[in-house]
Amino acid sequence: MSALLELTAVVAGYGTSQVIHGIDMSVAEGGIAALLGANGAGKTTILRAICNIRVRVSGVIVFGGLRIHGWATEEIVRLGIGHVPEGRGTFAHLTVEENLLLGAYTRRERAAVADDMRRLLDHFPRLRERLAQQAGTLSGGEQQMLAIARALMLQPRLLLLDEPSFGLAPLVVQEIFRILRQINESEGVAMLLVEQNANLALDLASDVYLMETGRIVLSGAPALVRDNAAVRRAYLGY
Amino acid sequence: MDAFLHQFLSGLATGGIYATFGLALVMIFQATHYINFAQGEQAMFSAYVALILIQAGLPYWAAFATALVFAFVSGVALERLVVRPFIGAPVLSVVVVFLGMLFIINSLAGWLFTYGVQAFPSPFPPGLGNRFLSGHEIGTILVTLATLAAVYLFFRHTRLGLAMRAAAENPEASRLVGIRVGWTLALGWGLAGAIGAVAAIMAAPIIYIEPNMMAGILLYGFAAALLGGINNPWGAVAGGFIVGVIENLAGAYVIGTELKLSVALVIIVVVLVARPAGLFGTSIVGRV
Repeated sequence: MSALLELTAVVAGYGTSQVIHGIDMSVAEGGIAALLGANGAGKTTILRAICNIRVRVSGVIVFGGLRIHGWATEEIVRLGIGHVPEGRGTFAHLTVEENLLLGAYTRRERAAVADDMRRLLDHFPRLRERLAQQAGTLSGGEQQMLAIARALMLQPRLLLLDEPSFGLAPLVVQEIFRILRQINESEGVAMLLVEQNANLALDLASDVYLMETGRIVLSGAPALVRDNAAVRRAYLGY
Repeated sequence: MDAFLHQFLSGLATGGIYATFGLALVMIFQATHYINFAQGEQAMFSAYVALILIQAGLPYWAAFATALVFAFVSGVALERLVVRPFIGAPVLSVVVVFLGMLFIINSLAGWLFTYGVQAFPSPFPPGLGNRFLSGHEIGTILVTLATLAAVYLFFRHTRLGLAMRAAAENPEASRLVGIRVGWTLALGWGLAGAIGAVAAIMAAPIIYIEPNMMAGILLYGFAAALLGGINNPWGAVAGGFIVGVIENLAGAYVIGTELKLSVALVIIVVVLVARPAGLFGTSIVGRV
């Protein structure tokens, strides 16, 4: 498979402090890459660097054959990158329906958008019950579902997920990961998944990158990490 | 009783002007968290544009529409060219920029149109009036309601209106759905400019047109916005009508017309002391 997203020698940081010290990684067309590592390893910063969200970046970032480094966030998003940020970033004062419509803001075809909304609500039936409710009144799990559904309304080719399991009950997490797998399989949306919950991520991913303090220390198939007790203990703590 | 009803209803007419103007202030405040002190001068300048076009022979409503377009375009231009470079600057710098715009536009108007007080035509025939309200007052109420309805429909039922609400609430998340936040901000300035111009053009036949005509309305509009809740557009509208009625009744029965303007200041002080979030606003809690 060819690479949809490719990072080469990417260095990133905030202000004068450098967080990412030159990394290479790629996400295949239709693939799921998982980015694992401890707190502070720089996982979120990589996602922010891809979308150019208030991060200082240098290096080469290629998405779908275009060098997007230095582009404005909204222009990068318009290429088809759905970003589900840490802390979810939904519009708390707008209704669930308005949040979903905003996800499709860049798309013109009304009928197709309505179709997608229906299809996503089939994936997330809980959101259908809450369409007219303000997003801020949803539970944490529902907000996470809303954030993912909203990113999918963009009809993205790549979905960036920043800790979708964070702070959620195990059953809710399972449900969300089941839906993610389903969407990946049925619609071929590629994903870059940042997770602390390594087990979940290893089950879902086709490629794994293991990070430590701004560097990638190991990459390869999930089995490589799962079957290597020394690696698991050293970097994932189990 | 008739006299009271007259004062009350005529308060609603001026209240409509404050409501419209307060709405313009709140729109900018919601998107930027600043009060645009130059809002009144922008509106005054647009009213002059309308006046000149009318004097040149254009039909009233054509001049009205052209002035609104001028107000919109100049609002967008002010944001892109003057305000934009100060995004992220300290509060005082931004306030000074707004005050600078106030003085520059005011002086420019004085230079171009003189400081003389001129009459401004009303499009509403006196025959429209009744026992309690003049034709212009009734027309003002109608125009105000139409403006508010248009603004409501725009923000509730259009894609762009939704995007503007989103950008005001959460700029970063808005970028992540592909909204060009910079442009929605400029658009907000344009809309606020046009809404403010409606207020100035409706006020001009009553208070006459001159470069300082909006000083009082800015104060009342600000009082309206504060009373209703500075972060709630519909609160500002309700506040506008309430302030208009209070002003008129206080002027007629309590303090007389000479001290009318101090009513606005009293309202501002009372609201800030007693209920800073306003009647319909929510207080913003910040982490320190």
